[in-house]
Amino acid sequence: MRPVYVLSGGVSKFAKARPDKTFPAIVKEAYDYAIGDLGLEHRQFIELVDGSVASYFSDHFARQLMAGIMVQDYLGLCPKPGHRVEGGGATGGICFQEAWKSVASGDMDVCLAYGFETMSHVNTWKGNEFIALASDVSFDYPVGGFYSGYYAMMVTRHMKEFGTTVEQLAHVSVKNHRNALYNPYSQKHERLTIADVRAAPMVAWPLTRLDICVMSDGAAAVVLASEEGLTKLERAAGRTLPRVKVAGIGRGTDAMRMADRPHQSYDEFIAKNLLPHEDTAETRTYYRELWEHGFRYPGVHSFRAGRMASKAAYARAGITDPLREISFVELHDAYTSSEIQTYEDMGLCRYGEGGPFAASGAAFLPNVDYGLEFGNSQWPVGVCPVNPSGGLIACGHPVGATGLMQAVFALWQLQGAIGEHFGDDTLQIKDARRGAIHSHAGTGTYVTVSIMEKEA
Amino acid sequence: MTEPTRPTRIPETDDGAILFSVPFPTVLDAEALAALREMAPIIVKQPYAIDYLHSYGQDSPFFAGLANGRLLGRMDPATGYTYATPRGHDMATGAETDWVDLTRRAARVHAFTVCYFGSEEFLPECPFVLALIEFDGADTLFLGRLLGLDPNAPTLDWIGLRVGLRFRRNSKFKPTDVYFYPFGEKDV
Repeated sequence: MRPVYVLSGGVSKFAKARPDKTFPAIVKEAYDYAIGDLGLEHRQFIELVDGSVASYFSDHFARQLMAGIMVQDYLGLCPKPGHRVEGGGATGGICFQEAWKSVASGDMDVCLAYGFETMSHVNTWKGNEFIALASDVSFDYPVGGFYSGYYAMMVTRHMKEFGTTVEQLAHVSVKNHRNALYNPYSQKHERLTIADVRAAPMVAWPLTRLDICVMSDGAAAVVLASEEGLTKLERAAGRTLPRVKVAGIGRGTDAMRMADRPHQSYDEFIAKNLLPHEDTAETRTYYRELWEHGFRYPGVHSFRAGRMASKAAYARAGITDPLREISFVELHDAYTSSEIQTYEDMGLCRYGEGGPFAASGAAFLPNVDYGLEFGNSQWPVGVCPVNPSGGLIACGHPVGATGLMQAVFALWQLQGAIGEHFGDDTLQIKDARRGAIHSHAGTGTYVTVSIMEKEA
Repeated sequence: MTEPTRPTRIPETDDGAILFSVPFPTVLDAEALAALREMAPIIVKQPYAIDYLHSYGQDSPFFAGLANGRLLGRMDPATGYTYATPRGHDMATGAETDWVDLTRRAARVHAFTVCYFGSEEFLPECPFVLALIEFDGADTLFLGRLLGLDPNAPTLDWIGLRVGLRFRRNSKFKPTDVYFYPFGEKDV
């Protein structure tokens, strides 16, 4: 595999509904921004791009089969190669990784990854039904198919198992909404308190409406290139482009039905799922005690797919202490609870510590006032900001675009260009060197983790 | 000033008038053509309905079991690993699993939620309790509806609750043909 660079990106503003444009025209907005950011005209780029990967989740929402080729066509990319990928909520993350593979393998020098979803074509409750069809239609969906319900069951188990509290969950909502105040691309701009989150209408106990992301229309696009592709683009643009490379990718999977998740033994967990930095006598003892109290892995409270994706990506990127070696994480916070679960999967803290970690301030931006007090904890405030963009909870979640949106925001962080693109540099992480993006599907069925790194 | 005590917004619905025409420039000169860029989008309702002929395939005996008052799981013949939700082949051995009767096994709530909202199909049933049920001797769980508890007073104490199972007399051939209820002390 050869080095792959992430060179530019664009995001349409995510909105509850974009009836003003069809989905190809919304993708065109993101594409035009990405090309413009390279300093190129469409005619120049089209001469250099070798092909594309298209990302959208649901044929039900689109009510248009082969929607990918309609975008390819609209963007003027025909007759270049392209294909569509689909993997639920992780579709965007998978798209990014497939584009990476196209370049890393030598098949392409310049590859465009684009994604979209137009969820406003049906009402919210029909939309929830469409999404719930991404659960086993023989055994899960007919019982009361509702993703917020599935995640709420994970929450009750997490609370019972580890003592996680609803206030700890609410910290995530306050953080991500507050971050989004400075992100003009985000769908929601709300200044919330813990009390606001808990007082919002209860959707699936204990998750309130402010613990849950919203449905959106939107698109995102990312340009990836090899060293050769980078040289060609630089020559066409007449300038040097910032070097941000993909340092490693990882992907994991798990059972479609949450009920089927294994309940592994301690020994199996240690052998297969322990992250290298957790391999200390103290942490082994910590986990041993969890098992003695009935903990089983992954159970319904943890995402083995997220752990395996992280493990592979970290190994490839040479990361041995994720909390301190990753400058920020953009992760798939479809629910406040899934952000907390993902802290654990990604090894920012140990399994069971996600709640206290959320409330510690470790994942908050040190320069933003959240109206919260952070007590002394083992994790320094702001050590690894998570979802500085506002995440899915505040930015929105047009499924096929979401994983690519994360790549765009991560790229701008690593380029030090947040101020340029957001018109405000509050969310710019000082000296951001390495970022992780995490995309997640179903009840934890497909998870991707990709590490992006600024070249020294 | 009196604060409103009831909703101040009429809920949106998807019905409305049938429209056969919209305003459009009577003269399409250059100015009018250019102004079309600013035209508001036309949104039309397109109904979509279909009946699927869904086969339960190798899982069919499970649904036949429910119709006859039996809850069936499956078990790997070599390792004894038991799936409370049927699965035709074992994850670890790859072998075809055997049917096993779970009807009389002790069962408990492993995790649960109360859905106050839901997918369109289930909205009329809200609030309802979803629960993942664990069975003695089974290695995986089963998703079902839990009845008999106050949906407006959920508590983590529901986790671990012993539950019994009941079957619909008139089977719908859906997994909800079996459902669960909390055992009282006397049941245990």
